[in-house]
Formats: sequence, structure tokens, C-alpha cells
Amino acid sequence: MTFLRQALAILRKDLLIEWRGRSRLFSVLLFGVVTLLLFSFAVGPDGGALEENASGFLVLALLLSSTLALSESFRLEQEQRAIEGLLLVPVDPVALYYGKVTGNTLFLFLLGPLLMPIALGLYGVPAGPETLLRLLGVWGLAAAGLSAPGSLYAAMTSRLQSRDVLLPILLFPLLVPVLVAAVKAIDLLLSGDPMGQLRDWLLLLVAFDLIYWALCGILFPQAVEER
Amino acid sequence: MTLRRIPWEHWFGGAGLALLLIGSYIGLFVAPPERYMGEVQRIMYVHLPCAWVSMVCFTAAFASAIGSLWTGGKKWDGALVGAIEAGVVLNVLLLIQGIVWGRATWWEGTDKWWTWDVRLTTSLLMCLLFAGVLALRAFVEDRERKASWSAVATIVAYVDVPLVYFCVRWMRSLHQPQSSPETVSSLMVTPLRINSFAVLFIAIWFIARRARIELMRRQMDEVPLPRRLTPQESAGG
Repeated sequence: MTFLRQALAILRKDLLIEWRGRSRLFSVLLFGVVTLLLFSFAVGPDGGALEENASGFLVLALLLSSTLALSESFRLEQEQRAIEGLLLVPVDPVALYYGKVTGNTLFLFLLGPLLMPIALGLYGVPAGPETLLRLLGVWGLAAAGLSAPGSLYAAMTSRLQSRDVLLPILLFPLLVPVLVAAVKAIDLLLSGDPMGQLRDWLLLLVAFDLIYWALCGILFPQAVEER
Repeated sequence: MTLRRIPWEHWFGGAGLALLLIGSYIGLFVAPPERYMGEVQRIMYVHLPCAWVSMVCFTAAFASAIGSLWTGGKKWDGALVGAIEAGVVLNVLLLIQGIVWGRATWWEGTDKWWTWDVRLTTSLLMCLLFAGVLALRAFVEDRERKASWSAVATIVAYVDVPLVYFCVRWMRSLHQPQSSPETVSSLMVTPLRINSFAVLFIAIWFIARRARIELMRRQMDEVPLPRRLTPQESAGG
């Protein structure tokens, strides 16, 4: 029971810090909007191309802002060595990980309802409220997949000088399955799914989530503990 | 008079180089040219061994990572960095050979240099995944942390490989079927087999040498720096 209590305490602490500051959400959201805009400038004002690639651009904007958010999430713990204090309390590092990863998943998920309507509006993709809810479901699975290895790597790289370079280098190749599955699933939701492929892509997302939530929880103590 | 003992891995290196010469000779001059692709198909005799052995190297790195986390032994960390480096080098060679082969066959007369085929894409991503582990290693100063972090990153990267493979295969399946497996004649199997062992032995040679270097670097770090002389001592000396 202490495990759950510790994880929840960490989650509560992170949400509280986020809520009192709110600067992280605002800056990450702004970054996402700017990215969405850049994609439309890169492709040009031709509406057809934008609408066709809307799912890809949307997921890329979410992925890029998520990386930013993840690297921020552990920077706070490194300031004045807060994480060492936490581990000395002692908080079980596994509980610390699951508290952190739940907080990060919630945070990244929140980017979805904020960025998705903007993206769909900008790119001129018609989507009703029901489709939007389904898209959020897909994004929820993807956000959980991003946070699991993302929180682990953010914990490691946040101690290093070159964290801003290292985190994307490590995360982007790893997250290709999440990226592809989320883009395909969103694409199928937006433009119809005559072959019934949606289920396979969702299963891939669920498999990624399950594997990395379990694996990174096991490995996290090795990443933060001093030997 | 004492004979210097030859480290065991040199035997592997010597055998590997010799086998590579023999296998490549058979592949280049004895085996028949392939019916459709002609002489250029002989690149297969180094291409497939690179593919297989790089996969073996990454698997060895994964096993070493588990060993390193489990026991904390320094030898495991040496084996891990050696295996990843050898695997990445073989993977880069594999990609270059694949592009050369593709330019002469699939993309002959076109401007193409790449296809988003399952195997190509998976090996490119695998290369990037493990190169990332090396990048992480390069930025960590502390030896203990370097070892445990590389082990963690190796395990995370290795587990991703089958997921990447399936996702690329499904992505591609919407466009074109996977290229059919090559049927290989028996005269072509011999050089292929010899070269596979050759590349494997050479990889073992490199991994063992690299592991030794890593262990020596660690020992070097553990030697205390020479003490700075006090003013009295330097004046008196």
C-alpha cells in the first residue's frame, strides 16, 4: 500500500507544481501551435496537401511538444538535487517512476484536446465531436507510450549538460512505432476505415504501452540510484 | 627468455581474416553468377553475413546489458560497448552494401537511392537506436553511471526492434508485398557460410579488443592522480 501512496503523492506533487505554475503547459502549447503553423508554411497554402497530411502533421507537432515537456519534467527534480532528497526520504524509485509517468501521461494527454481542434481547423479537416473524442482516445494511448520511455530517458539526460540534444536522439527512433500507429489510426478515423485496419494499429499502441510501462518501471531504479 | 602470450581473441581475428579471404575467393571466382542479377549479386556474400552478425552483436549487447545490471561486473560493460560498436559498424556497412546492390538492380536507371522496404527501414532504425546508446555513453563522465545507463538504454532499444519491424511491415503492407525470399543454389551456400563465420570471428575479435580497452580505461581512472608537491618539497628538491 505504501507503494501506491508514494506514487500518488509524487503524482499529486507534480500536478500541484504544474497547476501553480502553469507556465510549462502554456509554453509547450505555444510551441505546438507554432509547429503546426510551420508545417502549413512549409507545405504552402494549398489546402489539399495540408488536409491529406493532417494526421501526420498533428502527431508530429504533438510528439515535438511532448519531447519538450518531458525534458522539462525532470529538470525541476535536478534543481537543488530534489530527486536525491526524494530517494533519501526514502521513496521507492519504482513508485517515483510510476508517479512521474502518470503525471507526464496526463500532461501530454492534455495537449491533445488543446492542439487537435487548432490543427483540424487550420488544416481544414472536417471532424464532428464524436470523431474528436475518438481521436483523443488514440492520443491517450500514444501519450502513455511516449511518457513511459520518455520519463526514463528524461530522468537520465536531465543530469547532463547536453540533455536537449540527447533526449530526442534517444527517443525519436524508439518512438517510431508509436508515431506510425498514431498517424495511421488518426488517418483512418478521419478518412474512414473500409478495411477495418484500425484495430491492428490500436493493438500495436496498446502493446507498446504495456511493454514499456512494465520494462521502464523495472529499469528506472538502475537509472537514478547511485551504486 | 619469456614468450609473450598471445591474447585469445587474436586467434579469432586471424581465423576470421583467413576465412574471409577464402570465402570471398570462392564467392568471387568459383560460385556461378546469379541468373537475373549477374555478377553484382556476389555482394550477397558480404551483405548477408553483415546483416546476420550485426543482429548477433546487438543480441550480445542485450545479454551483456542484462549481465551488467544483474552483477555490476565491469567485464559485462566492456562486452556491451564492444558489441554495440561492432554491431553499429556492421549495420552501416550493411546499409552501404544494400544501397550499392540496389543501385545496380532495383533502382538501375533511376534516381532512387532508397526504398521504404521493411528490412531497409528496420535496419536503418536499428542503427539509429543503438548509435543513440553510444551518444548517451559519450556524454556521461562517471564510470558506474555510464555502465548502468548504457545497459538500461540498450535493453530499451533492443526491445523496440520487433515493434519497429511489425510497424514498418504493416505500414508497407498497404502499398506493396514484401520482396520474395531469395532462393539460393548450393554452390552459393558454401561461400555464404564461410563468410558468415569469418565476419562473426572478426566481430568477436573487435568486441574482445574493445572490451579490453574499456577495462583499461577504467583502471586508468582508478589510479590516483600524482600528489601535488608542497612548496617546501619543491624548494627542497
